[in-house]
Amino acid sequence: MTYVAGIDIGSTYTKAVIIGENNEIVGKTMCSTGFKLAEVARMALDLSLEEAGLDEQDLAYVVATGFGRHQVQFKDLNVTDLTASARGTAHLFPNTRTILDVGGQTMKAIRLDGQLRVKSFRLNDKCAAGTGAFLEKTARYMGYATEEIGMLAATSKKAVPISGVCAVFAESEVINHLSHGAAPADIMHGAIVSLVDRSVQLMKRVRMSPEYTLIGGILRFNTMARVVREQLGSDVNVPEGELVQFTTALGAAILGHYRLSKLRLEGVEMHRENPMVSA
Amino acid sequence: MAYAAGVDVGSTQTKAVIINEEARITGRSLIDTGANVVLAAENAYFEALKDAGVREEEIEYVIGTGYGRYRVTFGNTQVTEISCHARGAVHMFANTRTVLDMGGQDTKAIQINQEGEIVDFCMNDKCAAGTGRFLGAASSALDIPLDDLGDTALLSERPVRISTTCTVFAESEVLSWLGKGKKIEDILMGVHQSIAKRSIGLMRRVGIEHEVTFTGGVAKNSGMIYALEDNLGLVLNVSEESHYMGALGAALFALDHIQASRIPTADSTEVVRSHGT
Repeated sequence: MTYVAGIDIGSTYTKAVIIGENNEIVGKTMCSTGFKLAEVARMALDLSLEEAGLDEQDLAYVVATGFGRHQVQFKDLNVTDLTASARGTAHLFPNTRTILDVGGQTMKAIRLDGQLRVKSFRLNDKCAAGTGAFLEKTARYMGYATEEIGMLAATSKKAVPISGVCAVFAESEVINHLSHGAAPADIMHGAIVSLVDRSVQLMKRVRMSPEYTLIGGILRFNTMARVVREQLGSDVNVPEGELVQFTTALGAAILGHYRLSKLRLEGVEMHRENPMVSA
Repeated sequence: MAYAAGVDVGSTQTKAVIINEEARITGRSLIDTGANVVLAAENAYFEALKDAGVREEEIEYVIGTGYGRYRVTFGNTQVTEISCHARGAVHMFANTRTVLDMGGQDTKAIQINQEGEIVDFCMNDKCAAGTGRFLGAASSALDIPLDDLGDTALLSERPVRISTTCTVFAESEVLSWLGKGKKIEDILMGVHQSIAKRSIGLMRRVGIEHEVTFTGGVAKNSGMIYALEDNLGLVLNVSEESHYMGALGAALFALDHIQASRIPTADSTEVVRSHGT
């Protein structure tokens, strides 16, 4: 059995996935990225191996992706997150033409062509207001933890609009709303609506077209997908449960399988003691 | 002796200044604005009166300024903070042509002509980077009091370059530099340089002309003065009263009203009370 690992070192979380020959997931882990990228990548791989009941010798290939991919010492291949997200999404939803990926510190809109290759993309990694950090900050200003965002927003009946475009200045707005008696759930809902507005703007810039697939950590909050559906007036695909956060790592692993098959066809034997390093 | 007062209600802090007929500051106060803006204005006013040793009845005219100027309920009228900062700056430094005002939540650049009139201005109040908030974020991330930031930054020999342009992301970047073993003073100078460059970008939009006067709360920060002068290649005018510049300008406008309403008689000067709104 050939096992391949995909590791996605994101700005907030690091995700590792181990897949078998048929791209089925046999082990996966997620941990906070922190500041020591090489160490967290190692830890994520080890924990996934443990979950899969495998040793590192069982791995035929390791692919790294995400902003921290260059720090992964034990990898065989680097791929960009765009390529990995596209592959992972295409595997789960083969009719995807537009991907929205909202992470802790980035937001990406990716347009795929008929062959599921990246045709164009737009990225925001400069301004916190267009990322998951906006929701985290809003929750924090009201005394809620990141994990409570989903539950909080789910109970809202009506969103309280957050007009500002800065995650820092939103604090004054939130406090102002709270002092006028607005419910935290409605404010959280309002912050999500604001984020979705920006997402749709980004998607328009890649000339979005259905089917839409939403991935990334922020999509684990159901309200986010619901609001996107409302704003687009269209159905959207969202990977089930935790998979929504692992789609990119999965894509990296699947690419690893392709690469490995290609190498074997060319008669190259892969031994992980002689890792091939390429960008 | 007649007195005039200016109350500058900012988003973060409220400042009040009392001046006498000779336009000398006799009292001042500075408090956090907090949630009750009307109360902040009142408290700042009364604190300044105490500081000046002046009774309320002796104040002939009060002007409110700042984002909360309409909450100065006891004021006679309001004047925009742009006008007040410009007025205050020119009063302190007669050759001022450009004013940079950095407050807690916004940064303004003002262009002034030879007659002391405002020609153009530009403001950033949408993005926390490039405002006092960026310093506030660095202060919490590094656990260093805000007042110590500038002096600590001045110890830097090899400033770090802060690459992010977002206050939220800069917090992570600052911590990651610490994790890589960079010295606090080098990181802090990097933060100050970042803000300086943003502010200079704002100033370019109204044109930078010597002399440049730096006002607002952030002007008390020696590291910020250094970073700005370093990047501008100019020496800045900075007054001891930089934090009070808006309130001072308002008080000066109030004094104008008092002087305009005086009617000189043959023997003496009689003061006519102005009935402003």
